[in-house]
Formats: sequence, structure tokens, C-alpha cells
Amino acid sequence: MTHPVDILLVLVILLNFLVLGTPSLRMTIRGAALQGVLLALLPLLVHRGFGWRVGAIAVATMALKGLLIPGLLEKAMRDVHIRREVEPYVGFVPSLFLCAVGTALAILFSGNLPLAPEHAGTLLVPASLATLLSGFLVLTTRKKAISQVVGYLILENGIFVFGQLLIEAMPFLVEAGVLLDLFVGIFIMGIVINHIRQEFSSLDTELLSELKD
Amino acid sequence: MEAASPDGLLLAGAIALVALSGLPGLLARKGGSGGERLSALLVGAGALLGLAASARVLFLGGGFRVELPSPLPGGPLLLSADALSALFLVPVFLVPALGAVYGLGYWPEAEHRRDARKLRFFYGLLAAAMAVVLLARSGVLFLVAWEVMALAAFFAATTEDRQPSVREAGWIYLVATHAGTLGLFGMTALLARTTGGFAWEAPDGGLAVTASSSVVFLLAVVGFGGKAGLFPFHFWLPGAHGGAPSHVSAVMSGVMLKVGLYGLLRVVSLYGAPPAWWGGLLLLLGAGSALFGAALAAGQGDLKRLLAYSSVENVGIVTTGIGLALLGRSEGRPEWVALGLGGALLHVLYHSLFKTLLFLGAGAVIHAAGTREVDRLGGLLRKMPRTGAAFAAGCAAALAFPPLAGFFSELVVYVGLFRAFAGPDSSLLAAFAAPALAVAGAVALAAFTKLFGVVFLGSPRSEEAAHAHEPGRAMLGPILVLGALVAVAGLLSPLLAPGVDAAIRAWVAPAVPPGSVGELAHPVPPLAAIVPLGTIALLGVAFLGLLALVAGLLALRLRRASFDRGATWDCGYARPTGRMQYTGSSFGDWIAGRLTPSAAAPVLEVRPPVGSFPRGAAVSAPAPARDPLLLRLLEPFASRWARRFHDLHALQEGRLTIYLVYVLGTLVALLAWSALRGWVLPR
Repeated sequence: MTHPVDILLVLVILLNFLVLGTPSLRMTIRGAALQGVLLALLPLLVHRGFGWRVGAIAVATMALKGLLIPGLLEKAMRDVHIRREVEPYVGFVPSLFLCAVGTALAILFSGNLPLAPEHAGTLLVPASLATLLSGFLVLTTRKKAISQVVGYLILENGIFVFGQLLIEAMPFLVEAGVLLDLFVGIFIMGIVINHIRQEFSSLDTELLSELKD
Repeated sequence: MEAASPDGLLLAGAIALVALSGLPGLLARKGGSGGERLSALLVGAGALLGLAASARVLFLGGGFRVELPSPLPGGPLLLSADALSALFLVPVFLVPALGAVYGLGYWPEAEHRRDARKLRFFYGLLAAAMAVVLLARSGVLFLVAWEVMALAAFFAATTEDRQPSVREAGWIYLVATHAGTLGLFGMTALLARTTGGFAWEAPDGGLAVTASSSVVFLLAVVGFGGKAGLFPFHFWLPGAHGGAPSHVSAVMSGVMLKVGLYGLLRVVSLYGAPPAWWGGLLLLLGAGSALFGAALAAGQGDLKRLLAYSSVENVGIVTTGIGLALLGRSEGRPEWVALGLGGALLHVLYHSLFKTLLFLGAGAVIHAAGTREVDRLGGLLRKMPRTGAAFAAGCAAALAFPPLAGFFSELVVYVGLFRAFAGPDSSLLAAFAAPALAVAGAVALAAFTKLFGVVFLGSPRSEEAAHAHEPGRAMLGPILVLGALVAVAGLLSPLLAPGVDAAIRAWVAPAVPPGSVGELAHPVPPLAAIVPLGTIALLGVAFLGLLALVAGLLALRLRRASFDRGATWDCGYARPTGRMQYTGSSFGDWIAGRLTPSAAAPVLEVRPPVGSFPRGAAVSAPAPARDPLLLRLLEPFASRWARRFHDLHALQEGRLTIYLVYVLGTLVALLAWSALRGWVLPR
């Protein structure tokens, strides 16, 4: 636990719990934003060599996940006048419990994964899996569209952590493309959320089942 | 065969021009005629380049082979043109070019603002994709081009997607083509496992035949046979070809079916000594297709569906030839190869000409009379004499009347079949195939007599038919050009024979390189050395000359003689009407009902006369959008399975959250599995 990367990752995991445990939408958005900022520091710590590539990724990630996307989401939240997640499918305490179970399982699983020796000691893989599972939990247990967008964001954060294992093998273009995808996805969701509210005067995604055949 | 040969550049230019022909039109002003003219011009220019390259490869021994590096898995993209590809490239470039000109009159932008641009775009893409299929020598590139071809054909064929019958035929086509492509994926994978790569190039002496080769062959028969419309994989064909705009039907029926046959030829050419049952199976399928295709054609009440079924017959004839060639390859009989494949390849060329002519002619009839039902037409020869004359030439060529196009190719196939069962070590299957083809020819005669007789002779059976008129220049031009080509192409067979010989050598070559000891110990003799094509062509010219002389004399006498025009003697009826004529249904029912297996026989609506003074008795063949085989066998089968899977609908909840739970569940299960594996199996 002495490694600075691990300290960062523990904070990331704790933020998962924060996002899952609070009913306030503002808190979830801020939690996800803080997680994004912490993750932006990750490439700098994982890679001793400070190249322009790693720097660019860090700066872009921080700007996007720490400022731009949370800004968009908070604007959407103000526009639709929703502050709290009421009546999720799974309550806050049970979802915290599920998150804990998921994190424990993630640590267990990753012990068995065939990893490259330089990654075997760190928390990278368990944190990635735990964040992924938490993102899924938010996506599946919350009803409000904004919470679901946050879930998507956290899910992507998990994938980002996993991407650190591959940063040397992966071209810069892929990273940039993933970030762009994320931004466009959330941008569109922000627009969609507004339209959903205008159309149905509610943001409960539960009501959006008309299109099944 | 160097990489930077002029042929490669010509073909690349041709394919690019044809593929992009529809693009400028997408940007041009809607409803304007600039885009459509430019697109026809581009297709025409591309076709000229492509035909020049094909002729070079066929007659001057050109060709090329390039390897393009590719980032995709499956190795470099291999493109190559030999004489076999070049021969199939001829219809691939010729027919779309004529069809594009025809389309200016048949589907003008001004009248079809909604879909004319879409049609032109996919039309060009279809033609270009077919050319790439013919040049592709690596499995990955082949499959990609194949899929582009299939999809472009889907979108072009469903141009009139507001009609439910066209949509339905389109879906059936899409399912059928993808089922076939699935087979081809399996075939490519199996082939890659035996050769160790995706390149479709045989080592010296050809690939050895193992147990998996037979699976490869069967998958090729299903995949390529489905595209070619071989019976019983033809069920998608009549609907799709019938519902498409006529020049698209012409490309699909006249050319795209041949691309399926080409694929089959290309894949079997990789094997040095195929087992005899491969050829036997193809002989059987070919003869069956010819017979049932002709019988089903006779039973059709729809102009274009009749022509589509006739394509099934002709594909059967070609496949019979291929089967004979394959049999010759396994038995070491070079003359069977020369005759079987020579006849098949000539028929590929000729069928693409006369079937295109017939479809374009049918389009002119539909355009003029506004109906596709044979039983509502009649007497059109007087209204549309030039279209009618060209159509008659097309029918006669399809029926292999000497000395028109179809005669020469069928003659070569027949000579081959006779050789195969008359000589020593005869093949019993060939002995059955020849009479089957003969019966098919007789039935086709009935079908086309019905078609031409009911549509063009007699008197009009409906108001629309009575007001038909000759089409405009853009449509009539290609029809007349094709009419002339059909009349002359057969006589040119002796000149085409060297090109066909080159294609046959290219088919045999990968397995038996010159100088090596292969199964086929003797070289394949040139076609003209076995069948005296030159003499027959000269006789044909003499016959045509005689015919022209007699016709000229008759015309001269008619002009001098004075005569009155009047109605035919009508047996004393007071008020004869156009309905008092034989109908197409009454003509075709007898044949179709007796000659096809009951499952594939056409559906007929019969209202027999009842009582002493019967009213309203009728026999009619309603034009169903579905093939009878599809209706009676495939659909019940499919709906049974659909019912079985019905319970799975419960999983489709409609709520996004539930779907995400499925994803989460799968993820956790996979993780658990990998973790468990880690515990159970020590690393």
C-alpha cells in the first residue's frame, strides 16, 4: 500500500461508495468528477517517464471528466429541476452492501488473473473491476436518467483504469478516440434528457419502455 | 503477370468509375437530369475500360496479380485477373452499362424524385462489387466484396419499398443471401485451415482432397448455389427479380447469378483431383434446376417472374456443364472438361445477353401497358413492333433456335454430355442429364411460346394493353442493341472460342501446371477442335441469308398485291372480345402442374364450372409474391421454430435497466468462470 498509485486507487474505490450511497444528485455528479480528476493523475504516476503523450492524456482527461462533463450534467440537473434520486430500484444501504461485495469479489478475482509481472502487485486491476461493477450498479439500480449517465461515466472510469495496463501498447489515437466518444455520448445524453423531460414531464427511465416490440 | 500491368490499372479505373457513378447524382439538384446523365456516362465509360481490359486478358494473354498490404486480419488483399475472371467480367461490365442507359428512360429522376438517386447509387455499387468479387483472390476480400454486392442488390431491388410485396421479397432475399453467406464463411474458414492462409491460390498440382474438402465443396454448393438460384435454393429469386426495377432485374438475373457460378468454379478449381461425386452432384442439381425452372416458368402469370424462373433453368444448364467439366477433371478426360466448361462459359455470356434483353423488353411492356400480368396483355406486337421484334429474338435465343446465341452454347454442352455417355467408361449420370436438358428445353419452348404469344400476339385483353406504345429512345436503344447482339453473338462463337479456351486453361491451370504430371495427363483441347464451330456459324450465316431473302421476296409480293385488312373469322360470335382467347394460365397450368414435384408446383385458383349453365368458372394463377417451395416447405418450418423461440420474448423486457442487468450478469459470470478456472487449474 506504499505505492502512490495504490493510494490514489483506494480513493477511487471510496468514491464509488460515495456515489452509490448518496441520494443527492449533486453529490453523485461531484463524486464522479473527483474520481475523474484523480484518474487523470494516474497516467503520470504509472509511467515514470513523463512524455508529452502521457501529459496530453492527463490534461485532456482532467478537463473533460473533471470540468466539462460535470458542468454539462449540473446544467442538465438545473434545467430539469431534479435534485434527488427518490425510490431507486435497490435502496441505498443494500446498494452499498452490493458494492462492497463487488469490490471484495473484484479483489478475489484479480488475484487469479494472469497479469504481467509489473502490474501484479498493484491495485490497478481490482480497482478497475470494482469501479466497473459500481458503474453497473448505478446504471441498473437508479431510475433517473441523470444518475444513469453518472453510472455510465463511472463505468468508463473503470475501463480507463484498466487502460493504464495497456498504455504502452495502445496508440495515442485510441485514448483520444475513447475520450471523444465519452464526451459526445454524454453531450447527446444531456440533450436527450432535456427532451425526455419536455415530452414526459418525468425523467424516470422506467417509463421509457414503449419501444419494445 | 506483373503487378503494374495496364490491365490492373484499366480495371481499377473501371471499378472506381462504376462504383462512384451514383455519387455525383446524390449531390445534384433533386429532379434535375444532370445527375442521372452523368451517372450513365460514368457507368458507360467504366464499362468501356473494363471491357477493354477483359478483352486484353482473354485474347492477348494479359492479366495481373497484386498484393495490397492490409491492416485487417486475414493477410494481404490479393487481387488477380486471369482469363476465367475476365470472361465473367464481360457481362459484369456490359449489362450494367446498357441498363444504365435504359434506366434514363425507365426510372427517370423527374418521375421518381423519391428513389431514383438511391437506385442509381446502389446500381453502380452493385456492378462494381461484382467486379471486385471476380478479382478477389483472398478469402477476406472476397467475402467483403460479396457482402457489399448482396447488400447493394438488396437496396437496388427494393427501390419500390412502398409496395408491401417488394418489401416482402426483399426480406426473403436478404435472409436467403445471408444464409448463403454464412455457408461461405464456413467454407472460407475451413479452406483457410487446410491451406494455412486466406489466399485462394492452389499449390502446384492443386490442393489434396481430404474429408474436410467435401465439406468445403458442399458449403460452396449451398452458398454459391443459393446466389446462383439453383433449385432448390431458388426460392428467393423470382420475388426479388420480379419486384426490382427492370434494369436491376436484368443485372441480377443476367449477371449476379453468374457471379455465384463463378465462385463455385473458382473454389473447385483449387482441387487437383476432385472426387467423382462432386461432378455428379452438380450434374444432378443442374439438370433438376433446368427441368423445374422451365416447368415453373411455364406456370407463371407474371411477366418478370416467368423470366426469373427461366433464369433458374439457364443456371441449371450452366451447372450441368460445370458438373461435366468437374467429372472430366476427376476422371482425367480433357475433352469433357473442354466441352462441359466451354459450353457453360459460352452460355454464361449468351444468357447474360438474352436475359437482359428479355428483362429490358419486359420493362418496356410494363412501362407501356402498366401491368405485369401476362393475362391482361396481348396484341402488343402491333403497338410496339421494334420492341416486339427484339423480344422475339431474345425468346428464340433463350430457346436455342439456331443460329442464335443460345444454340451454340447448348450445342457444346449437349455434345459434351453425348461424349460422356457414348464413349468408353461412360458416365451414367451424363446419360440422364442429356434427356433432362432436352425435356427442359421443350418445356421452356412452351413457356416462351406462352409468353410471346399471349403478350405480343392476339388482341389486347385490357384497356391498358390497347393503349400501349413504343418506349422512348433511351429505353429502345439498349433493347435494339441487345437484339442485334443476340442475333450476332452466336455466329461470333468461333471468334470467342480462343477466349473461352483461355478461361478453361485458367480453370485447369492451378491444379495442373504445364509440364507437371497431374491427373489430367493430356492438355485440354481447344473447343473449336472438337466442335466445328466455324462451319456451324457459316451454315448459320447462310441460313440467315436465306431467311432474309425469303422474307424480302415475301415483302415485295405483299407490297404488290392488294389485300383487305379485316378481323379473323370469329366462328360466328356476334360480339367477340379480347377475353375470348387462350390465356397464359390456361396454357401454362398443364405443364407446370405435371412436371414439378407437388411441393414446388405453382399455386392455382380453380373455380370449376358448376351445373348446366355455369357462371364464372375460371382457372388463374394469382401472382403470389412467394415461391411455392417457400410457401409450402420453408415457411411452415420457419414458423415452427419461431414458435419454439417465442418464450424467449419474455427476456426482452423493454426496460433498459433489465438489459444492463443482463450485461452485468454476463460480466460477473465470465469473471467468476475465469477465477474458478484459476483456482481449479493450477497455473
